Amino acid sequence: MSTGIKHGALFATTVEVACTVNGRPVLLLLDPRESLLDVVRERLELTGTKKGCDQGQCGACTVHLDGRRVLACLTPAVHARDADVLTIEGLADPDGTPHPVQQAFIDQDALQCGYCTPGQIMSAVACIAEGHAGDDDQIREYLSGNLCRCGAYPGILAAVRQAARATAEG
Amino acid sequence: MRPFGYAAPASLAEAVEALAAGGPGTRVLAGGTTLYDLMKLGVERPTAVVDIHHLAELSGFDTTGRDELVLGAGARLADLAEDPVLRRDCPALAESLAKAASQQLRNSATAGGSLLQRTRCGYFRGGPPYPCNKRRPGSGCAARDGTDRGHAVLGTSESCVAAYPGDWAVALLAFDARLDLLGPGGPRTIPLSALHREPGDTPQHEHTLADGELIVRIRVPVTATGRGSAFHKIRDRESFAFALASAAVAVRLGRRGTVQDCRIALGGLATRPWRAHEAERTLLGEELTERSALLAGETALAGARPGTHNGFKVALGIRTVADALRTAGRRAAS
Repeated sequence: MSTGIKHGALFATTVEVACTVNGRPVLLLLDPRESLLDVVRERLELTGTKKGCDQGQCGACTVHLDGRRVLACLTPAVHARDADVLTIEGLADPDGTPHPVQQAFIDQDALQCGYCTPGQIMSAVACIAEGHAGDDDQIREYLSGNLCRCGAYPGILAAVRQAARATAEG
Repeated sequence: MRPFGYAAPASLAEAVEALAAGGPGTRVLAGGTTLYDLMKLGVERPTAVVDIHHLAELSGFDTTGRDELVLGAGARLADLAEDPVLRRDCPALAESLAKAASQQLRNSATAGGSLLQRTRCGYFRGGPPYPCNKRRPGSGCAARDGTDRGHAVLGTSESCVAAYPGDWAVALLAFDARLDLLGPGGPRTIPLSALHREPGDTPQHEHTLADGELIVRIRVPVTATGRGSAFHKIRDRESFAFALASAAVAVRLGRRGTVQDCRIALGGLATRPWRAHEAERTLLGEELTERSALLAGETALAGARPGTHNGFKVALGIRTVADALRTAGRRAAS
């Protein structure tokens, strides 16, 4: 923090934040108004994370913060302080092999326009890791925060089912 | 969004100091899912923000106590929803959390912040050209003769008909939860029932916290009634939507199946989390049947004053209460 309670001026208008993004250390000088979504897209140029509604209603901006899925649009970027941020760009293996959930979306043709897909995939990866992909009803419930205007839900459900099974079989 | 000063204090004590130093325009930031959202919309315009998101001393919770559950105000809703004790001993609490928002939002939103989430009234959120007494006291209420389908039928006033949107506070109200607060005047404890205000002539004042006062923890008394509880939530879609009507109910049954203790709280229908004491009394000493459950629902909604497009909420509310009671009764009997 550039300023804090113990550093004289109580309230700061710029905040220094150290974090990792997709495993790389990043140092940011933030306006506290900035959302994690805008920082990831505009400053770090990681545009895979999408801005849909920017009001927490669509899930297109889903990223992982310290391993938990959150909405980047409703996350003040200062909340990334000392945290690990994972975006869709950090999901595949360094050699380019898609993550099993990405591969499942390809296999099941789980998209049409693709705009919601990065958020769907980030949400699905977390859903499986949380243990909330036990059956179709549970997958539907725990992915309800990710809307798809194309209505590709049957494919998305099939993809998550496939990836969850692959994960369980290890 | 307007610029503001930002502080991330290292402790709860420092947070209270910072709130006092910041003055009346200062807001507390926890998960951000309400405050930051409303700042983006220009509804909230704080001059200073005190961030308590990272304070570990607020985020713990203990559900192992024999007499009460102690839940830190900074505990994440997603973590509470998974707690095995909560799910077993207070299913209505766990269900209210599991049915709130989406997993992404539950990972950010906190137990204390959720209590203070603000209405989803479209006129409140959208603002000008529409008047809103919450946003600009005295400007009028666009919802009263406008699109009020999602609005309250209980606790409304000439000034405001906005519904309290949350689930968690409704469930906690049925459990007689209490809140530990900390402010410039020191600590105090209030019943949750004393936190929210009805709009009356001052809908801009939604709660009774003093300036610079924080919710530190939530205390939930452990009772035998808790196991016979249920949270029923009716929405426009099956998941990830605010309640059109919800009911948090709990019953304890005697040997002959008569109701010994009963709690009924309503959400989505009222301007604040709404306890239906009179409806509870209709069931005491009675058997829980379809008829007595519906009568309790009718009593709970007896004072309803629907507007233009939300008349359906009266019948819906009655049946939501009755259905919740049926589930709770089944749990209480097993």
